[in-house]
Amino acid sequence: MAIKKFAVAAYDDEEVLFPAVSKVRKSGYKLHDIYTPFPVHGLDVAMGLKETDLHIAGFIYGMCGTSTAVGFISWIYCSDWPLNYGGKPHFALPAWIPVTFELTVLFAAVGMVLTFCYLNQIMPGVKKHVFHPRQSDDLFVVALELNDSVSEQEALDFLKSTGAKETNIQRAEASWWYGRWDKAEPYEALNA
Amino acid sequence: MHIKYESFVREPLVDGDKDYHQVSEDIISPIERKPGRMWYVGFFFSICLLMFGVFSVGWSVYWGLGTWGVNRTIGWGWDITNFVWWVGIGHAGTLISAILLLFRQGWRTGVNRAAEAMTIFAVMCAGQFPIWHMGRVWDAMWVLPLPNTRGPLWPNFDSPLLWDVFAISTYFTVSLLFWYSGLIPDFALIRDRAQTKFRKMMYGLTSFGWTGTAKNWQRQEALALVLAGLSTPLVLSVHTIVSFDFATSVIPGWHTTIFPPYFVAGAVFSGFAMVNTLLVLTRKILHLEEYITIGHLEAMNKVIVLTGSIVGIAYLTELFIAWYSQSWGEMAAFQWRIMGPYWWSYWAMMTCNVVSPQLFWVKKLRRNIPFTFVMSIVVNIGMWFERFVIIVTSTYRDWIPGSWAYYSPTWPEMGFYLGTFGLFFTCYFLFAKYFPVIAVSEIKFVLKTSGDNYKRKQIQYEEQSSEDFITMVTSHHDDEHEEVAVHH
Repeated sequence: MAIKKFAVAAYDDEEVLFPAVSKVRKSGYKLHDIYTPFPVHGLDVAMGLKETDLHIAGFIYGMCGTSTAVGFISWIYCSDWPLNYGGKPHFALPAWIPVTFELTVLFAAVGMVLTFCYLNQIMPGVKKHVFHPRQSDDLFVVALELNDSVSEQEALDFLKSTGAKETNIQRAEASWWYGRWDKAEPYEALNA
Repeated sequence: MHIKYESFVREPLVDGDKDYHQVSEDIISPIERKPGRMWYVGFFFSICLLMFGVFSVGWSVYWGLGTWGVNRTIGWGWDITNFVWWVGIGHAGTLISAILLLFRQGWRTGVNRAAEAMTIFAVMCAGQFPIWHMGRVWDAMWVLPLPNTRGPLWPNFDSPLLWDVFAISTYFTVSLLFWYSGLIPDFALIRDRAQTKFRKMMYGLTSFGWTGTAKNWQRQEALALVLAGLSTPLVLSVHTIVSFDFATSVIPGWHTTIFPPYFVAGAVFSGFAMVNTLLVLTRKILHLEEYITIGHLEAMNKVIVLTGSIVGIAYLTELFIAWYSQSWGEMAAFQWRIMGPYWWSYWAMMTCNVVSPQLFWVKKLRRNIPFTFVMSIVVNIGMWFERFVIIVTSTYRDWIPGSWAYYSPTWPEMGFYLGTFGLFFTCYFLFAKYFPVIAVSEIKFVLKTSGDNYKRKQIQYEEQSSEDFITMVTSHHDDEHEEVAVHH
């Protein structure tokens, strides 16, 4: 657990959010993250985030599925227990295409979803700090990480100047932890 | 300045005056309210059907499959008919959620969540039939390549019946993952606005701790796109493989290369009909008429008339090829289909699948809700008869006239079928109560381009000359953070 201090700003329009993000990046404040209720296209570029490599992982998982299927079936039919089905050759590759295809898709999909959960650090039982209860509803929430040398008031004034509807200072756990969502966390008393 | 513009040729996808909060309110508040009396009545009725199904299946397992009407000539009766019927219904959900995503069809956002739920429940129902049809169901796990003490002896990887095992189970798993990965952000929305502790805890668990950071969304969109890309060939493969169950045999009426495309078109046809059945009711009961608009229903009716016509052409092609082959067996099989003891099933199929959907060429009927609802049921009756015709009327008169037989279902078979309706609707009622039936984040994503109140503001661009519009769009490129979203 690492409790940090954040200056939080909530915007109610993407048209205000984008210029605000560019001002934040120029200002020198440390941008912790931006929370949005839906995917805002171009926000990752505006924040300077890299494109995700998740699809490359998907390709690799898919190839694992392909080789598992072909390897397993050919081992069974050519080595472990060769059977004569209606005079078909033991190595009957065309007949294995359906199962090979299905396992390719299965491995790619399951692997990608697990990787997605791992990278996003999401899982049943995982809890994270919610900066604004409406960040999943209709507000775009920007959190700046403040250290002790930065003036809270200056940070809030700066955020207000970018067009934020609401601003405040919060102390919060920056990472994830295991917990129940209906239970209040001890650190939340700091923000009361 | 953002320029959100979509051609006025396209109808708004969201009617009424909406902002982001109103979208959350409209879709999530039914979950937070107590369900109405209709819900309790429907849910109770579904549970009763499910219980009767459980009893019928229990009866069949206890006394054995001798309680069914199938015999040595007609080995597949209602069971496999129902299996193919349910799997086919499932296909529309994947078509909407995956293929229409790849084709960038905006209207899918209103219906994809419910359609994909329907897919999952339909595949659950479908899976029951081959399993309980095995008779000695306690041996069912041997369809999987499990290590065993008989050699080990493995299943036959060259057989379409085994391909089916892999296809259906993969289809179920991938559909579930695709559906759930889209649900996570919406569960987070319910969690963040939850007023009761229990709801906060439950949706906290189901939302996996999602907070919606920019990186989260970037990965979520990448995942959705790749899963759509995987599901598209997957859904085509599933019904292709189901059709291989028949097409790779040497039975007249089954042994035909037209089956894979014909089955896939039929699957989409029946699936869209089932989506219409469910959505006409859902939009009414949950007051979601502004999100599932008449435009949505019309789009699906267009798919129905297209796929219905493909199916019709396939039926006629089958008849032509039976004659063109000059094969005695083929010609006899189709002659008996049309005029034999099961003539009524063939003509029920032809009327419901080929003739009546043609009425959807009329725009007024495509946009008529009661007519859409009736047609959606007619199509599903027709598609059930299609599978019955393919299965029963291809097998009841085989190569030896001495073994010709007739098949009628017994009550446990009918009870089993009714039971899957119980399973399907029990799941659907729970879904409609506890899950957001429309993908909230996706609606918000298209709201400012396709919402009615936002489209009305775009009239200024509509009235501009195209030269002025281009000048206006390009002049804003100087600012590095301009996002110009122009949808044609």
